[in-house]
Amino acid sequence: MSRESDWQPTASWTALRERAGLLSYLRQFFAARDVLEVETPLLARHGVSDLHLDCIMAHPGPASDFSGGTVYLQTSPEYHMKRLLAAGSGAIYQVFRAFRDGERGVRHNPEFSLLEWYRPDFDDRALMDEVGELVCGWLGVDAPARLTYREVFLQHVGLDPFTLPLDELRDAVSGRAGNPVFADNFDRDTCLDFLMTHAVEPALVGEGAVFIHDYPASQAALARTRDAGGCAVAHRFELYLDGLELCNGYWELTDAAEQARRFEADNALRRAHGKPEMAADDYLLEALRHGLPACSGVALGLDRLLMCKLGTRDIRDVVAFPIERS
Amino acid sequence: MASYSTNEFRGGLKVLLDGDPCVILENEFVKPGKGQAFNRVKLRNLMSNRVWERTFKSGESLEAADVMDQEMEYLYTDGEFWHFMATDGSFEQHPADEKAVGDTMKWLKEQDVYTVTLYNGTPLSVTPPNFVELEVVDTDPGMKGDTAQGGSKPATLSTGAVVNVPLFIVIGEVLKVDTRSGEYVSRVKTN
Repeated sequence: MSRESDWQPTASWTALRERAGLLSYLRQFFAARDVLEVETPLLARHGVSDLHLDCIMAHPGPASDFSGGTVYLQTSPEYHMKRLLAAGSGAIYQVFRAFRDGERGVRHNPEFSLLEWYRPDFDDRALMDEVGELVCGWLGVDAPARLTYREVFLQHVGLDPFTLPLDELRDAVSGRAGNPVFADNFDRDTCLDFLMTHAVEPALVGEGAVFIHDYPASQAALARTRDAGGCAVAHRFELYLDGLELCNGYWELTDAAEQARRFEADNALRRAHGKPEMAADDYLLEALRHGLPACSGVALGLDRLLMCKLGTRDIRDVVAFPIERS
Repeated sequence: MASYSTNEFRGGLKVLLDGDPCVILENEFVKPGKGQAFNRVKLRNLMSNRVWERTFKSGESLEAADVMDQEMEYLYTDGEFWHFMATDGSFEQHPADEKAVGDTMKWLKEQDVYTVTLYNGTPLSVTPPNFVELEVVDTDPGMKGDTAQGGSKPATLSTGAVVNVPLFIVIGEVLKVDTRSGEYVSRVKTN
């Protein structure tokens, strides 16, 4: 498979210089706002419990107080950064290398660069403002539009993601997949994920920067939820730039008991899908019980931000060595 | 039979879809950060030659299609089948029907080697080499001195193919022809 030139980087020097420039831009951005740069483990005893995120595992031997055994390359630094917040860090950010098993495509590499930051006393709306300043300031594009999850579905798919009966939702998905039985056993969120990637994202190409917020509560992950006119919505937002998903943010859940319930719910889903369970991170639960300050947090994909800057649709143009060339 | 999961899909892989052998042309991985991953796949149905677009949930799999390409020498036709023989030393013979031979028919020359695609052991299609060398059996008389540019004329080759050739080409000459475009490339020196 390999060719003689495969030792070469896939990204241009222009792209690699932009990457270096982005890192210095980010450090100035946060220094000016008095947000502290931190580092947390890439290898840790627990991984994420999300059904659709798979960790890459490593198996270090015993070393001093560490007894050895399976550890997980982190899919994001969320758990550890929350422990720092609970310990009194105040506003913090981190440039992190995240790992997600099995994700490779024009917008994915199993190892990628993530910027994650947390703002005590910010709600999701205030953090959206800051994300907009950071992203649009660097790209030199107009401030993002804001649409709710419901609005973006009504506008681009022509259906209400909260109220449409499941069988009609499945029909809409199967129709678009070109296979009449495709979605027969999909649950609501799987249908919505399909429509997001196959209908909404393509429709956002050419629309510039757009925030989508107020996700269905079933997709809250670690965000607080609330009732909005009879529908349970999550204080969760994402930023899309020309249809490319750039970030995911929450007004963070701080309730330890609710966090424990979500770990359990994730594991119930993992069992139902035949995936190995992920033990609840007792250190995170302990930190929440101690008290996580009210805060919002967001993770932003830096490789994708570079793709926007350089006008490419392929991640290989912005990383030196994608996994097949590593 | 083996099967392939979506994360093994790549261009050129042969799989069974709706009972037909297909070759994967493109495989696009799409996934909302926190959501279900899908693979948007383009495939060519090797029976109908049509291109299909299908979406799969990541992790789903398709059965492998027993499709393989083999180099074979063209032997002869009995009018119903075109007979090929494997060049791998097995001397195995395979009759290909008119549908399998298709457009390649006009490039078939005895003892030349072609790529025969077998599905469950039966020829599904026959692909000629990119360049073939064939003799001119009919064309208008050559025009002496006209070796530069200016005009072309049709010439019929030994296999029945008709190609446009420069005016100086005469009957009996052997030409190199590009089978993908059906265009004349050059004259071939014969001793």
